[in-house]
Amino acid sequence: MNLQLVIRSRLFVGLAQVCFFLFLLVNLGPLAFAQDEPVPTQLVDSTPLNPPTNIEVADTPNDAGGSITIRWTEPIPPEGTAIKGYYILRAEAVGNEQGQFDVVGETSTGSSELLDGNVVDTLNYYYRVAVIYSATGVNGLEVEALAESGISRMVSSSAQWFDWRRINVFVGVIFLCGFILYYISRAKAGKKLFIRKIAGLEAVDEAVGRATEMGKKIYFIPGTQDMDNVQTIAGVTILGRVAEVAATYDTYLEVPVSRSLVLVTAKEIVKEAYSKVGRPDAFHEDQVHYLTDDQFGYAAGIDGMVVREKPATIFFMGAFYAESLILAETGNSIGAIQIAGTAMPSQLPFFVAACDYTLIGEELFAASAYLAREPKLLGSLKGQDVGKAIILFSIVIGVLLETFGVWRFSSLFGVLD
Amino acid sequence: MRREVPLLITGIVGVVFVLQYFIPHWPFSQVNTWFSDWFSIVGAFAIWLGALNLLKISALKVIGKKSDWGYAIVIIISFIIMVAIGFAEGKEFREQGTMFSWLYEYVYSPLSATMFALLAFFVASASYRAFRARNLDATLLLMAGFLIMLGRVPVGDSISFFLPENYQFSQVASWIMTWPQTAGQRAIMIGIALGLVSTSLRIILGIERAHLGGGD
Repeated sequence: MNLQLVIRSRLFVGLAQVCFFLFLLVNLGPLAFAQDEPVPTQLVDSTPLNPPTNIEVADTPNDAGGSITIRWTEPIPPEGTAIKGYYILRAEAVGNEQGQFDVVGETSTGSSELLDGNVVDTLNYYYRVAVIYSATGVNGLEVEALAESGISRMVSSSAQWFDWRRINVFVGVIFLCGFILYYISRAKAGKKLFIRKIAGLEAVDEAVGRATEMGKKIYFIPGTQDMDNVQTIAGVTILGRVAEVAATYDTYLEVPVSRSLVLVTAKEIVKEAYSKVGRPDAFHEDQVHYLTDDQFGYAAGIDGMVVREKPATIFFMGAFYAESLILAETGNSIGAIQIAGTAMPSQLPFFVAACDYTLIGEELFAASAYLAREPKLLGSLKGQDVGKAIILFSIVIGVLLETFGVWRFSSLFGVLD
Repeated sequence: MRREVPLLITGIVGVVFVLQYFIPHWPFSQVNTWFSDWFSIVGAFAIWLGALNLLKISALKVIGKKSDWGYAIVIIISFIIMVAIGFAEGKEFREQGTMFSWLYEYVYSPLSATMFALLAFFVASASYRAFRARNLDATLLLMAGFLIMLGRVPVGDSISFFLPENYQFSQVASWIMTWPQTAGQRAIMIGIALGLVSTSLRIILGIERAHLGGGD
C-alpha cells in the first residue's frame, strides 16, 4: 500500500483508506484497536509509520537535579492519519544494557519536548519516544497505532551549582551591593554625604511634640505583617527612634500589634529606647500590646481605641493592605496628625489622601538611616541612589534602542520567577 | 552576646537566603522550605505570647475597672468561647456543621465583612478631600479620577457617544490606567526594590541594628 499515492476522486480516497486500515489491522494487529478499547499498554515496532527522530536527551539545566529533558523531531504523518500525541518510554541502564521500557510521560500533538522530573540522580537511563497515530477506520471508529523511535544515548541527571538563567540578577545584585558597600566605606572614612530632606521624617519631632503639648497619646501601628516582612522590620526600626523622642518628651507611646513576633520585637525596641534616653522607669510593659492576627479585627480594634482615646499623633509604618484607609480615615476624623510609610504601592494613594505626611516606598526604608544620621547607614542610601541612577540611565538607553529597533535591550533584564 | 548572636544568625540566614536564589543544588534548594517551616513553628508557639498578652491586658482593665472595661469583658468571653469550642471539637473543628464553623460563618465572617464594607464610605470621604482642586497637582488628580470613574461605568460611554471610539471615556480610562498609572507605579516599585536590597544588606551586614533594640 502506498500512502503517498495521489488520489483525485472520492472513490479512490475511500478505497485507499480501506486498504490502509486493513493493512494496520492485519500487520499491526496488537496496535490497532477501536476507540472503546483501552489505550495500548504494550508497545511494539510499527515500521510503516514514521517514528520520531533525532531523540536528544540531556540533564535539565539550572535545576536541583532529578530531571531529564527529552527532545525529538516530530515525524510527518502518513496521509489519512494524524498525530494524536507521544508516549515517553524510559528504561534504567543495567550495566551497558537497557532494562524494561515503561511509559513515564505523555504529551499532546505539537509537542517536541518533555521534562521527566521523576528520575534519580545516581542512575543512568535510556529513552524512546513513541508517536500515537490516529485515523478513522472503515467502520467509522477511530483507530490508533504507535511508532517508536530508536533508543537514545545513556543519560543521567544531576543538580547544578548555579542557575545561569539568573545571571543578570546576580550581576545586578553584585553591582548594587558593591555601590552600597563603597559608599558605606566612604561615609565611615568621614566623607560628608548629602541626603535630601524627607518631609515626613522631618515632621516626627513636630508630631511627637504636638502630642506632648496636648497631653495625649501617640499611636504607632507597625502594619499587619509579621517579622519576615522587610517593611515590618523597617517599621519597627522607625519605632525605636520615635520611642526615643517620646521618652525624651515623656509622652505616652502606645503600640498595638497584630503579630506575636512583632509584639516581642517591638516591646524590646521600645524598652531599649526608653533606657537609651535614661527613662527606663517611664516604660510600661503594656504600652506594646497584642490585638489580633485578623486583618479587619485589628482594624476594628485600633479604630475603637482611636475614637475613644483620641491620640494626638498616629504613625503607620509597615506593610498594610485594605485596612490602610479604614485606619487612616478614622485617625483623620479625630484630627490626629498622621505620618504613614509603606512600600505597598496600592495602599499609597490612601495614605496620601488621609495622612499629613506619607513616606512613599523607598523613603520607608531610608527612614532609619535618615533619623539616626549614622554615616554607615547614610552611606547605604547613597549607594542605593547610584543604583537608581544606573536604572534610570538604562531605561533611557533601552527606550532609544528599542524605539529605533536597534536591539532588544529589555531582554537583558528578564527575570525568572 | 545578647547582640552578637542575633546578628550572627541574621547574617548567616540572610546570606544563605540570597545564595539559595542562585544555587539550585541541595541543600540550598531546600533552605526556603526549611526556614519557612521553622518560621511557622516559631510563629505557632509565639501566638500564645500574643493571646496571653491580650488576656492579661483585658483582665487588668476589668479588674481595675479602667475606662471602657466593658469591651475587655467582650474580648475575654469571645476568646474563651472560641478557644473552648475549638478544643472541644477536636481536629475536625473546622469541618462544616461544627459549632466552631457556625461561629466562624455567622459571627466572625459578617463582622469582618462589615469592617471591609466601611471602606466604601472611607474611600468616598478620602476622595472628596483628595480631589479638591487646590493647586495644579490636585486639579490633575481630580481630572484623572473623574475620567477613571466615568470610564468605569456604562454611563461614561453613553455620554461620550459622539466622540471617536478611542476617545470615549472607557478608552480614556483604560489609557490612563495602562500608561501614566503603570509608569508611575513602576517608578515607585523600582525605588521600593532598591530600598529593599539596601535595607536587607544593612540588616545582613549588621549595620542596621535598631530592630534588635538599639544601635550599640
